[in-house]
This record gives sequence, C-alpha cells and structure tokens, in this order.
Amino acid sequence: MTDPLALDPVLSPAERARLPFNEAHRPHDERFDLFEQHVLAGGKVEAGDWMPDEYRTAVLRFVEMHANSELMGVLPEREWIMRAPTLRRKLALTAKVQDEVGHSQLLYRVAEDLGKPREEMIEDLLDGKTKFHNVFHYPTKTWADVGAIAWLVDAAAIVAQQALRDSSYAPYARTMRKICWEESVHIMHGRDVVVTLANGTQAQRDMIQEALNRWWAPLMQMHGPRSDRAKDRDIHWRIKAKTSEELRQEFLSIYVPRVWELGLTLPDSELHLDDTSGEWRYTEPDWQELRTVVTNHGPKSEERLAFRRLNWDETRWVRDTILSGPRTIAA
Amino acid sequence: MTDSLPLDRPSPSSDGRTLEAWEVFRQEKEGDPMRHGGSVMAPDAELAVHYARELYGRRQESVRLWVVRRADVHELEDPDLLQPPLDRSFKKPGGYVMREKLAAARERSGQAKPKARSK
Repeated sequence: MTDPLALDPVLSPAERARLPFNEAHRPHDERFDLFEQHVLAGGKVEAGDWMPDEYRTAVLRFVEMHANSELMGVLPEREWIMRAPTLRRKLALTAKVQDEVGHSQLLYRVAEDLGKPREEMIEDLLDGKTKFHNVFHYPTKTWADVGAIAWLVDAAAIVAQQALRDSSYAPYARTMRKICWEESVHIMHGRDVVVTLANGTQAQRDMIQEALNRWWAPLMQMHGPRSDRAKDRDIHWRIKAKTSEELRQEFLSIYVPRVWELGLTLPDSELHLDDTSGEWRYTEPDWQELRTVVTNHGPKSEERLAFRRLNWDETRWVRDTILSGPRTIAA
Repeated sequence: MTDSLPLDRPSPSSDGRTLEAWEVFRQEKEGDPMRHGGSVMAPDAELAVHYARELYGRRQESVRLWVVRRADVHELEDPDLLQPPLDRSFKKPGGYVMREKLAAARERSGQAKPKARSK
C-alpha cells in the first residue's frame, strides 16, 4: 500500500501510456516487437489497434473458417426441421439453426473489422477458396444423427470455443463468450434427444447406436492431427490456447464416459483411458479422410455448397434492396 | 496487404447508401448498466436496430438495446487524463489503511474491538 500522504509516481510509463506499438512514429520492426511482447505477456488487441500483417492474417483466417463452419453447419440440421418428431423438438431445432446462423453473422462481423468484406468471404467460401469444418460435409441419415450432432459435434466445438474466450484478439474473445453461452443450450438439446432415444424401443436404441458409429470417425478427426505447440502460429500469437490433441483429450475425457453411461458403445476397440498417463488412447484417425473432406471432396460438400450458391443468388435482391433504401412510390 | 488497414471499408452502392458499423449496447435487466454487446453492419439506424434485436435480443437476454453509429463514438484515451502517473490513492477508499493505527488507538484507550455488526 502506498502512503496516502505521498505523491510518488505509482504507475510506470508502460502501465499508463498508450500501447506503444500504436505510436505511428516508430519504425515498423520496433512496433512489431512491441506488439509481440504485448501479446506474449497476455495483452489484448482491439480492432482499432495497430497490428502486424502476420497477426491480422492469422486472426482473420481463423475467424473466417469459424464463421464459414457456423454458416455451413446449419445445413445438415436444417434438413430435419420438417421431420422433427414433436413440436417441441421442431421449435428447439429451428432455434438452434437460427442461433448458428446468428453465430456466423457475429463472426463475419469480427472478421470484417479485420479488413475483409463479408461478400468476399461468402464468395470465397462458395468458390472453395476457404474451408469449413469436416463434420459438416457428411449426410444426416436419421433423426438420431440430429441428436448426435447437437450433442457431440457441438460438444467437441465448445471444448475448442471455451479455450478461445481468452483469445488475444479481444473482439473474438468477447464474441466467443456469447457463442459458448448459446452453444451450451444446444448441447443440452442434443443430449436430451440422445438420452430419449437410448431409453426408447430397441429400434430407437439401434438408431442412436448407428448414428454414433457413423459420427465417431469425423468427430475424432474434427480437431485435426497432433501438432507441435512450438510451431503453431495461432498458439504463438495467443489467438488460441490449446493444441488439437489437448482439445481431443478434453473432449474424450468428458464425453466418452457420458456415452458409455447410456449403455451405448463407440466404434473403436482401442479407445480407453490409460491409467498411468491419464490420457485417452484411440486408433489413429484417418487423416487422409480429413484432408479429402475439408477440401470439399466429402460426401455432401458439393451439394451443400450448391445449396448455398443458390441461396446466395436468390437473396441478392434483399442485399440490393437494403442498399437502395426506402423509395417513395409515385401516386 | 499493408499493416493495419482502416477499420471499415464501406461497401458503396449505386444509390449511394453504404453499410457501416453500428455499436450495440444492451441492458440485461432493468436497472443494470448498458453494456457493449458487439456491432452490426447496416445502412441506417432502422435496420441497425432490427439486426441488433436479431443478434442480441433473440433469447430474451436483453431488456433494452441501443445502437450507435461507430463514427459517432468519440474516444478519450489520453493517459495524462485517464491514468495520471502520481499517486491518487487518496481518492479511493483503499487509500486509507487504518488497521495498525486503530490497534494503537485501542491499546491507548483500553477499549475492545467492536463486534462485527450482524445484518
């Protein structure tokens, strides 16, 4: 505690000054170093701050991929709105689809502030120049797939998203806090669908077991292959905090026991918790399948992109109308 | 690409309307402060309010929304005014630490420490 009678400086120049990398008179390399120091020390970056191209590009790519995935991710679920078994399920699924599109809008907004216009991002997605998550390239065969997606795909995603709430890029971190809150509802909705099926008739149990068998491989691939923490650019810039393997382990440790609790199985005889290391062991996922699928060669990639292209063209008049503004109709 | 692009690149249209950023503030419940929620892109206030409702009021998570044109937000960031270097602890309750002085006073007066008040 400082003596209240003293008038000593208590804040060092660094603590009270504007962030020094924002000062335009400094040479580029010096600003780069100051920026890096700031971020590596846990500092946050706001949209209006100066930032090196390396950082801007890395955040943009990361957020854009995330936004694309939210936008494409509603298509497999949307197919089931009309076929949902009860009115409540229909309402919940409709709300989830609306939420996910809302997330893509929030995320495209974050990306726009980094300098890439939204139209360009949509067009790059439709042209196959940018990617979306592997799990959204697969078909949904039964209602149980809807439960499996809402529970486990959203769970795998939220494990990653929770680690982004502390991202160095503050507008993204804030958006992730809102998104995680909404996603937690989706997980409950999905788990409720799965548990209901697991408690149902033999046909219903078979249906959910088959859905888990279908989705397990894509789920294990979803976070990506193991990577070297030291070489990961997104970790270096503190855009994200955890490696793919850390996220996968976290996902397995929470959700495998919850699947087993229902008397359901997962289609990997190697899957078990290794008591000595505390880590989950599993059959190596098929990384070639992941690469094939995310480069838009998955079973449903082309169909879903074609639907989005159609949708983009059909809604052009809405965007044009918004920009042309209200008109007076001559009497 | 050059380091640090300007924040907004408005998309012009033939009719001269442009999309621009609007900052959204939301109040979670009556009596709470307005807090920054995020931003939306819109060509005018009416649509900005509409988008804000869709993105920040869909789940009854807000009782009031404000939208403000980003260009109308003026920022004060002068550290000489916001974070003056000298000790200003006399302006805060935490700047007055009396525990030891009170102990000395009690010893001098022979009085016991008053019991904590129950609520």
